[in-house]
Amino acid sequence: MSSWSELKRYHAAEWHEPIIMEMGRVGERGIIIPEVEEEIKRSIGPPNHFVPATMRRRVPPKLPQLAQPQVLRHYLRLSQQTLGMEETIDIGLGTCTMKYSPKVNEEFVRQTAHLHPLQDEATLQGVLEIMYKFGKLFLKEISGMDEFSYQPGGGSEAVFTNALIIGEYHEMNGELAERNEIITTAFSHPCDSAAPATAGFKVVTLYPDPNTGYPTLDALKAAVSKHTAGLMVTNPEDTGIFNPEIAEWTRIVHEVGGLCAYDQANANAILGVTSARDADFDMCFFNLHKTFSSPHGGEGPGCGAIGVKEELASFLPVPVVTFDGTKYHLDYNRPSSVGKIREFYGNVPVVLRAYAWAMSMGSDGLREVAEISALNNSYLDKKLLTIQGVTKPYGVKRRVDQVRYSLERLKSDTGIGTHDVNRRIVDFGLQSYFTSHAPLLVPEPFTPEPCETYSKADIDYWSSVIRKVCEEAYENPEIVRTAPHNSTISQIHETHLDDPARWAMTWRAYVRKRTESGKIKVNPP
Amino acid sequence: MLAEIGATNIEQLYKEMIPDRLRLKRPMNLPNALPSEYDLMKHVQGILSHNRTCEEFLNFLGSGCWQHYVPAVCDHVSQRSEFLTSYAGETYSDLGRYQSFFEFQSMLGELVGMDVVGIPTYDWGASAANAIRMASRISGRKQVLISRNVSPQRLAIIRNFCQQNEMPGHIKTGVLNSNLEDGTIDLDDLKTKITKETAAVYFENPSYLGTIEGRGNEVSEVAHDYGAESIVGVDPISLGVLAPPSEYGADIACGDIQPLGIHMFCGGGLGGFIACRDDEKYVVQHPSFLISITDTERAGEFGFGHCKFDRTSFVGREKGKDWTGTTAALWAIVAAVFMALMGPEGIREIGEAILQKSHYAAKRLSEVRGVSIPFNVFFKEFVVSFHAKTVQDINRELLKHNIFGGKDISSEFPEFGQSSIYSVTEMHSAQDIEKLARSLEATMK
Repeated sequence: MSSWSELKRYHAAEWHEPIIMEMGRVGERGIIIPEVEEEIKRSIGPPNHFVPATMRRRVPPKLPQLAQPQVLRHYLRLSQQTLGMEETIDIGLGTCTMKYSPKVNEEFVRQTAHLHPLQDEATLQGVLEIMYKFGKLFLKEISGMDEFSYQPGGGSEAVFTNALIIGEYHEMNGELAERNEIITTAFSHPCDSAAPATAGFKVVTLYPDPNTGYPTLDALKAAVSKHTAGLMVTNPEDTGIFNPEIAEWTRIVHEVGGLCAYDQANANAILGVTSARDADFDMCFFNLHKTFSSPHGGEGPGCGAIGVKEELASFLPVPVVTFDGTKYHLDYNRPSSVGKIREFYGNVPVVLRAYAWAMSMGSDGLREVAEISALNNSYLDKKLLTIQGVTKPYGVKRRVDQVRYSLERLKSDTGIGTHDVNRRIVDFGLQSYFTSHAPLLVPEPFTPEPCETYSKADIDYWSSVIRKVCEEAYENPEIVRTAPHNSTISQIHETHLDDPARWAMTWRAYVRKRTESGKIKVNPP
Repeated sequence: MLAEIGATNIEQLYKEMIPDRLRLKRPMNLPNALPSEYDLMKHVQGILSHNRTCEEFLNFLGSGCWQHYVPAVCDHVSQRSEFLTSYAGETYSDLGRYQSFFEFQSMLGELVGMDVVGIPTYDWGASAANAIRMASRISGRKQVLISRNVSPQRLAIIRNFCQQNEMPGHIKTGVLNSNLEDGTIDLDDLKTKITKETAAVYFENPSYLGTIEGRGNEVSEVAHDYGAESIVGVDPISLGVLAPPSEYGADIACGDIQPLGIHMFCGGGLGGFIACRDDEKYVVQHPSFLISITDTERAGEFGFGHCKFDRTSFVGREKGKDWTGTTAALWAIVAAVFMALMGPEGIREIGEAILQKSHYAAKRLSEVRGVSIPFNVFFKEFVVSFHAKTVQDINRELLKHNIFGGKDISSEFPEFGQSSIYSVTEMHSAQDIEKLARSLEATMK
């Protein structure tokens, strides 16, 4: 199964592109701007006198000067040095749901390019209909929530919005000063801690029971009090473990007067199986760029669609899309609203792709998405657990959508840890995998998520690479330790990244530091 | 596969994982699926056909999302599947993405005149809010003074990030009066309101009303006198003709990159940025991913990685600097392509063209009876005041002429009466401006 010959001979593109700041030649241009007509010039004269002398740019910005083909070639080469999910078997990026987004959706997106968000409603009926129907026809049935907003630009901003709604709710009841604690779990995404903290809440993190992988009910009971503002948790958690007591959790939090927000970033394998309403949550969110197929864009643009129960609908950010039976409207007149989270009303193209994808699936299709994801996960699990050095912490056999494995045994046996393995798998044409967010409760972690996009052959290949690299760790650890060998670059020097004398976020900083401290080897090309 | 995992059907898997009472026992009640790509296309395009676009209509809306020309190369690169469908991979698999981010940071750094720029946040509003929280963390102070002439929706976002009054970390937001004659900050008001508790002064250049803050340097000096940070929000497309914020004392700059080669996408094209001084004091408080250049095992080879990753919520959770996550990174790559295409000459010329065309438009509109232009120092956007008719009526009339009139600010800025903000970019021709003027003339009759 794991012989070298079965794995592809691969080498990443290696163009050795210079930094664009060093490219080109004085006087070259990539684009010519639209003409300013003579009648305009004659009428108002030269442009400079429109800017107060104190505010005029005196020194031109040192942008590179290149002709169009050279700019295009440079960025095409850089794109070739990037592994999108369409180029590789992207099972490794767990918690990210690297699923295929049908190309036809990009055709739809192009039709929104020239829409301005402040256009008269009558001229935006198409996008408003999409936004309204995606909520009312799909998300409502999938989540059991009643009203939706697409304003948050990503999952973390969605959690922030839910935290603001929790705050607004308690403020309206005159309790916010007292109720300032959000309870979350260690295996919930870090945004379930960071976003409520940004909103001003104190965060209480519950740690998992060593056997079950999720915190005990006793731990939760000890944490709740009159200070509890709410619960913000992922389920299934980033370990792929579904907390079966989740309905007890919401009951306990409700009993002390808190609200419950379900982080559904890991919802791919539970679509049509179980919902936020089933577990009695008051609100939830979905990552449309994960579960609902919009491409991830190398870290966005995304959309964290939030849903709330009717009782909380008045708190949603403005505007909310409404329908009067004939026309769609943007409703700004919502006095209890938390106001604005993002400018305008969200990433319309992301909602559009999600709608188109969900329409192509329907009820049976979405349920099948969940089932295939769960099946794939169990199948990959079976494969990986036969590999020497790989273990699965916590005594829960079945995992929903992903698993957080450990290479601790591999590390103690061979000295090769998860970061070494991660560099090495790139040599076989795989995207690097996701290890873990903090806290690192699972030592030497990796977290694959084989969603419905991936075939049996894909999963076989991916697990064969892990097997191969683990075998190498035992037989020839040096090749793993010094990896990558077939990537675009060799191992980078990470110490510079945290050293104020050497870090450089811009070319100008790099040049300055190189010049200032001639002795520091920042390695001129 | 079922046999391999020792299950007879998938339902059995769910029974093992999820309690019976939490499981849905019926099919979801959803619209009938359209599995055929062609059927789906007909359906979705049928709905989208109810939109009218800024290609069909003549558009003068801006106010946070602007219609600039997007070079075909920008579209081509943004649609590259490698960039579009990648996500959170590391440098060894995604070197090209990291290098593109570094180049974005480098070129934007040239425009704003600063050494540190991060990966985009969601939009200008979020970037200003993050910058203000950054300043508050630097000094531990809990008050910020904000120019009156910032976008109200941006101010609403800032206030959400500054937390509710009851919260211990609440940052008080005070608003600075502006001079009615030119829209600049009232320096006397600033000097009255600023205290040793002020973390930052935030203003925009150009402002929401399009006006240029000619005394930016004096504003920054007052801020610095009190130990506060000067934070300036900018429209990067203006920086070929307007001074970079670093030249008039900004410690942190922010703004939106949408004008740099990114379509409006009904607001989906936004992406904020945060730039700052290359000083550890600032860098450790920066909330965004910061891509640093470094070297590798191989001589002459560049590598890239995350600077001070332990700042982020991925490591620190609630102790992280705000949070990191999915934002608008694809637009950083597109903006990089745009800045490289433009070069120093292009970025100056586009700024000049916008100045000339917008001022020509203001001049022409001021000739229309019942119309006045309160400010004459502006970039790209300007306030148009109407007498005898409401903006709502005027915009409704303009719509009949296939024109999207300016953003109505009559309730946001009642001091200007019935007014709206018109945005004129390099895309507007003399003929377009003439059509607007004639349509307004017809409307104002």
